[in-house]
Amino acid sequence: MEINHSPSQPTEVFPGAVMDLPGGGVVTSSFQDLINWARSNSLWPLTFATSCCGIEMMSTASAKYDFSRFGFEVARATPRQADVIIIAGTIVNKMAPVLKRLYDQMADPKYVIAMGACAISGGPFFYNTYSVVKGADHIIPVDVYIPGCPPRPEALLHALITLQDKIKGGLTREQIREQSTNPSL
Amino acid sequence: MDTEVLKTYFSALEPLATFEEGGEWLMVQVPAENWKNIARKVITERNYDFLFCVTCVDFKTHLTMVYHLRGMQTDETVVVKIQLNRDQPEVATVSDIWRTAEFHEREAYEMFGVQFTSHPDLRKLILPDDFEGFPMRKDFEDPINMIKL
Amino acid sequence: MYSETTIVTPDALQQPLQEGQLVINVGPQHPATHGVLHLVITLEGETIIKIEPHLGYIHRSIEKMSESLTYRQFIYVTSRMDYLSAHINNLACAMCVEKGMQLEVPDRAQVIRIIMSELTRIASHELWIGAMAMDLGAFTPFFYTFRERETINDIMEQTCGARLTMNYMVPGGVMYDLHPEFVARVKSFVVQFKSKVSELEDLVTDNIIFRNRTVGVGVLSKADAISYGCTGPVARASGVDGDIRKRFPYSGYEKLQFEQCLEFAGDSFARYIVRIREMYQSIHIIEQLIDAIPNGDFQAKTKAVIKLPKGEFYTRVETARGELGVYIVSEGGTTPYRIKYRSPGFSNLSALNHMAKGSKIGDLMATMGTLDLVIPDIDR
Repeated sequence: MEINHSPSQPTEVFPGAVMDLPGGGVVTSSFQDLINWARSNSLWPLTFATSCCGIEMMSTASAKYDFSRFGFEVARATPRQADVIIIAGTIVNKMAPVLKRLYDQMADPKYVIAMGACAISGGPFFYNTYSVVKGADHIIPVDVYIPGCPPRPEALLHALITLQDKIKGGLTREQIREQSTNPSL
Repeated sequence: MDTEVLKTYFSALEPLATFEEGGEWLMVQVPAENWKNIARKVITERNYDFLFCVTCVDFKTHLTMVYHLRGMQTDETVVVKIQLNRDQPEVATVSDIWRTAEFHEREAYEMFGVQFTSHPDLRKLILPDDFEGFPMRKDFEDPINMIKL
Repeated sequence: MYSETTIVTPDALQQPLQEGQLVINVGPQHPATHGVLHLVITLEGETIIKIEPHLGYIHRSIEKMSESLTYRQFIYVTSRMDYLSAHINNLACAMCVEKGMQLEVPDRAQVIRIIMSELTRIASHELWIGAMAMDLGAFTPFFYTFRERETINDIMEQTCGARLTMNYMVPGGVMYDLHPEFVARVKSFVVQFKSKVSELEDLVTDNIIFRNRTVGVGVLSKADAISYGCTGPVARASGVDGDIRKRFPYSGYEKLQFEQCLEFAGDSFARYIVRIREMYQSIHIIEQLIDAIPNGDFQAKTKAVIKLPKGEFYTRVETARGELGVYIVSEGGTTPYRIKYRSPGFSNLSALNHMAKGSKIGDLMATMGTLDLVIPDIDR
């Protein structure tokens, strides 16, 4: 899979396609940087807390480890107005279609953080359970994983800053999909 | 709380009752057909108005329903057990006597397959609606979801 | 890349609706902090006709999983069950195993267990006030209550190692000894707490809007509370005096002086007042114990591999939500044969339909908030 960062080198020529002239990408790429910077500094999370990690997310939202100083000011209850979904808690088979529907209802660009061991891989409920989805990335694509059971609020803040750095660097799944010509992404 | 008094009471109420020894409370084993009558008598005569735990246990040859009853004024506690046939487990519902049994019996139905006759609303409570099988039974196998340790 | 998700028709729709009736869904994802509770509500205008809770969105099959874990391991899964009173859940399981082994717990461990349980109870009630006020639209108490909660979490973290799911209780006692700074920090917390809670009471209790929304709303009578199996503050607000710490004392509670907080109105405001008074009683308990922690072992000696004899054992404790019962059926091996957790939220939730029938949908938030439901506790 090749990531085509400089738009001045076309990989395949389709008859009738518009070809970029060399050197014409300076304004668009710095404009893209500006957009990335703006997007990363005002990500509004969706309140999606299923179990114990939700309490640590609430602690991060409250006054001691405030995450609104990083731009996550308004926690939206509706997915239509949210940018990032923080999956805090275990996903079970009955909840999986609900999670997928919420993700589908979010508008692009959207990002996903998997918080806690349960959202990464099923966590303590991996063995001998008949109803737990072994990892939220079986359902939706995830950008940042936070280990811990539950992770400390500082770990969640580190993950939010990592997500912001990923967006600024153009490395999230959204951005890779937008820029590559590979249709299977 | 005098176990001898309770034993004589239960033997008078239900001649087929047997008692188990060794627990901290009196454990009475009654047949499934007479459970509803016993329940009605026990709430009025002994004032056992608090049903605090309804369980089902799968011993591999049969199923056992276990009801923990307590009187709020006197703090007397009694454990009633009912042995059920594994292939066709049926027992009368007590949700009209103790309202808490409604949810507990729905859970016992979906986890073990026990049919509660004349329950107002017997359907799945916790499992997804299209779940097949009775997961808490000992012979439940699910090779897709369950990863053995 | 949009896929079809299957839509399951709720059973409320399968009965014919009368004219003017409407079925709406609350949840499973909603801005309240209870967790994933799905209520299917049949409304006529704004009046509620019927509420049907749909559970199972966080059913992690803990009971089935515990059948393959050893007696030392299964205790820590229960702290994920009702995570706001994690110590008390672990205590119930450890006590059940000790009852099976007939093990004596040393005095120091018992006192440490009580102090940790009461601190957990205070932290749980604090979070509940914040969450319930947020349900009713008041965002400020949330930040105030989290301030106390953070102090308690820091104290716990110094001794137990974790903030939320501290796996500290073992069969026989507690896992580590107290940190040397524990006593001093708890004493300063006690002094700070009394002034801060009165600040919170000024914000919330005497607030005219809060009173209008909770007085007379969601009334549960005493007979109904017993019949529906309600325990904890929900039952005590209706006059049922069934506090396990008083009726069936465990782990040293019989030596302590504290009172049961009873109210008789049975409405949402009574449930709120009961929890505030319980916080004061917990502080009173901690004050009695913090200067007199006995010296000695913090853990009784047990074998490395625990095997319970054949039989069945039932223990009950008073968590912040009500009576938690742990029922273990053992066939003599190293893993339990059947474990059943009698969770307080399961029975409290079954009374919701009865309490909220006939009221308006705005009142439903007050009623549901004061029931203090933690959904993983219900679904297990």
